[in-house]
Amino acid sequence: MTRGFFVIPDREVPIPGWLREALRYAPLAALVAVIVPEIAMSDGHLVGTWKDARLYAAAAGVLVFVTTRSLLGTILAGTAVLLALRLGLNW
Amino acid sequence: MSSSTLWRHPEFAAGARETRDVALGIGAWGLVAGVAMSKAGLGAAIAIAMSLCVFAGSAQLAALPLMVQGAPLWVIWATAFCVNLRFVIFSAGWRPYLRSLPRAQRLFVAYFTVDFTYIAFMRRFPQPGDVRAQLAYLAGNIVVSWIAWQAMTILGVVLADVIPERWGLGFAGTLALLGITASLLVDCATWTAAAVAACAAFAAFALPFHLNIVVAIAAAMAVGVLIDQFAPPRRAAAASEDAA
Repeated sequence: MTRGFFVIPDREVPIPGWLREALRYAPLAALVAVIVPEIAMSDGHLVGTWKDARLYAAAAGVLVFVTTRSLLGTILAGTAVLLALRLGLNW
Repeated sequence: MSSSTLWRHPEFAAGARETRDVALGIGAWGLVAGVAMSKAGLGAAIAIAMSLCVFAGSAQLAALPLMVQGAPLWVIWATAFCVNLRFVIFSAGWRPYLRSLPRAQRLFVAYFTVDFTYIAFMRRFPQPGDVRAQLAYLAGNIVVSWIAWQAMTILGVVLADVIPERWGLGFAGTLALLGITASLLVDCATWTAAAVAACAAFAAFALPFHLNIVVAIAAAMAVGVLIDQFAPPRRAAAASEDAA
């Protein structure tokens, strides 16, 4: 759908400037809104403990991304931390 | 599209070759999506069907938790649409290249063109030109990335059945989205918009139907536009883009 959006109509479609500006933030907002509860909430509440492997996995992922800009590295590092904490410390 | 002649065009090989170099990344991403779909409780058949139909990694991953928690269809749609909004921007870029094709073919191409396709294509053809060469290059690029993605997704779906739930491999999908999110945080305005979205998603979590996501998107967009209004340098940059 989105990929075809502007190739569907046969004629040119004008986009107002303010809408284009607002659209810049929509993907970011949608992603944040999806992942924040996945990382820091359980059963509809903010996690009450620091012993949650997901928090550290996410932190490791961000750290790797900031230093290497590698998506693959982010996934690998985060998963490694999650596995280590889950299996090693039972968090 | 007469595919038999496209195969033989030299640009087909060029497109395939350039895509091969990033196929590892595409494949890893597909593997994560496959594992995540399977861990989310979609059956293997449905997961593979979803991958074949949708062919959109980040939107698929973002839609998964919502599907599992039984969010209404329109919220899932809205979320996937927003995550994939970048393609709306890309599709405006595709227009001049595809204008001479009939609509059915334009949509056919649109389904297959992912981020890397766009980047590689625009690098090779900065200006619209020979349509045959462009289509051949696209075909080569698309065949390789589509096969790499689908094969690894299916492998992920199969592997996920073998790996125990406790290992939390489904979280790899969230980590992938986290990486994309981090790549979008480029300036003060985007950081602020992200913080607002996070707070709004928390604060409105009690709303039914996952409306918190819709609230978060609306709030972040409003804040983003406001920041742009009050930050003169940014606005000047945006205005010059409009002029171009």
